[in-house]
Amino acid sequence: MAADINAFVTEATIEGDADADGPLAGATVAVKDNISTAGIRTTCGSEMLADYVPPYSATVVDRLTDAGATIVGKTNMDEFGMGTTTETSAFGPTRNPVDTDRVPGGSSGGSAAAVAAGEADVALGSDTGGSVRCPAAFCGVVGIKPTYGLVSRYGLIAYANSLEQIGPIAGTVEEAAAALDAIAGDDPNDGTTRDLAEVEGADPDASYAAAADGDVDGLTVGVPTELFEGADERVVSTVEAAIADLEAKGAETTEISLPSVEHAVQAYYVIAMAEASSNLARFDGVRYGHRSDADGNWNDSFAETREEGFGAEVKRRILLGTYALSAGYHDKYYEKAQDARAWVRRDFEDAFDDVDVIASPTMPVLPFELGESLDDPLRMYLADANTTPVNLANLPAISVPAGETDGLPVGLQLVGPKFGEETIVRAASAVEDR
Amino acid sequence: MSDTAASDDGEAAAVDAEEVRHVAELARVRLADDEVDEFAAQFGDILEYFEALDEVPETDREEELVNVMRPDEIEEGLSQEAALANAEETEDGFFVGPKVS
Repeated sequence: MAADINAFVTEATIEGDADADGPLAGATVAVKDNISTAGIRTTCGSEMLADYVPPYSATVVDRLTDAGATIVGKTNMDEFGMGTTTETSAFGPTRNPVDTDRVPGGSSGGSAAAVAAGEADVALGSDTGGSVRCPAAFCGVVGIKPTYGLVSRYGLIAYANSLEQIGPIAGTVEEAAAALDAIAGDDPNDGTTRDLAEVEGADPDASYAAAADGDVDGLTVGVPTELFEGADERVVSTVEAAIADLEAKGAETTEISLPSVEHAVQAYYVIAMAEASSNLARFDGVRYGHRSDADGNWNDSFAETREEGFGAEVKRRILLGTYALSAGYHDKYYEKAQDARAWVRRDFEDAFDDVDVIASPTMPVLPFELGESLDDPLRMYLADANTTPVNLANLPAISVPAGETDGLPVGLQLVGPKFGEETIVRAASAVEDR
Repeated sequence: MSDTAASDDGEAAAVDAEEVRHVAELARVRLADDEVDEFAAQFGDILEYFEALDEVPETDREEELVNVMRPDEIEEGLSQEAALANAEETEDGFFVGPKVS
């Protein structure tokens, strides 16, 4: 099966602590291939890092093995996390286990596919603009994008630092929440992590797994019209049925408006591309990664190395990011994108004055057929309309299966206030068995 | 590239091959000729879509950000061997890069 769907770039084992007990003891975990594993190559789905072997492991990997989980391999992904289909990988596309003519979503497509196909109990992905939630929705599994600062990114190969978080993918809400329990918490090696004891309103002793109790009695669910407009009708009706289930279990729903999200995709791509153009400057072929045989001076060699090592989508984003930051365009694109980001953040803050969670389709579309969107980058970007606002606002969100339409999975996205992971886990656990 | 900066009238930024080549040079990414043409067409579409950011109102960006400081203490780090292990070329414990000029 693994060979059929191409979920893994590298199959290799890191044994977990055999003496550990707890929910992850003996569990198998697949790790996205942009998360460093000591001694096991970590490619980012790129020719550039095809032979890169990290000298250390990411904090999240150590925390999982300390909790007794065994790492079973490194999962395929869109190159450097840049894509919504897992087709931009240098190691070939991953196929959706539900329908192998379709994409698994991306960029953590190998992680979601591995869980959906039973190749691993749990997987780690990274979510910069939806890259955990999108493949979870497309493959019919659960994915959590934690609040910015909840999970250490030490050892995550950076794409867009101000947006991305590592998050778990699993077959059930409780399993995903248990994995989040294991990886969450501040880390001296990542200055952007927060000590929950110092965060107002957060519970440092929270058990996310224990919150998966399905009790939504009295919960207020905001339903933003903007995140349903333009979505596939089959997706909308499946998600509305899931929301009706929440109501039947005692939740109250209320229509809300988030006008800023109409600009979220543009703002997200400008910021992510700008950060990518800076982050990926490190790949010069000198300290690690592919190096061209070309003669010539530093600049020629650097440009040749990057021509050979990067695929088309990565080049597109580096170039557009460079363009958006260049003199004469910085104010027009980057500054306006930062305004839009602040606007999105404020919109969500205002909404959470009145509601506990915000519900929408995770993806406005059903899983693409393989090859369908690869030549039209803008079309691929637009599919991220419902996931990118969450990253811009630094909030937690979960994608939980809402049901199927035409035999294809549909995801319900539940967004919570900052460090409100328990609330979204609780709400998601109420609908997962519908 | 301030001489080619976008005008303030909100007109869509059309992108020609020369502009793609210029940005590619700034970013140190060599492009094949067919890539340049493909990117010019795609960038036109994408930048036209980004134009909608013009509608975004100026927004107060108050954030509760604090610097995270710690004492500077010597800890065990990577060995020189481990740090050099992924380099294509090394010499006497150093990375070897291409000629600077």
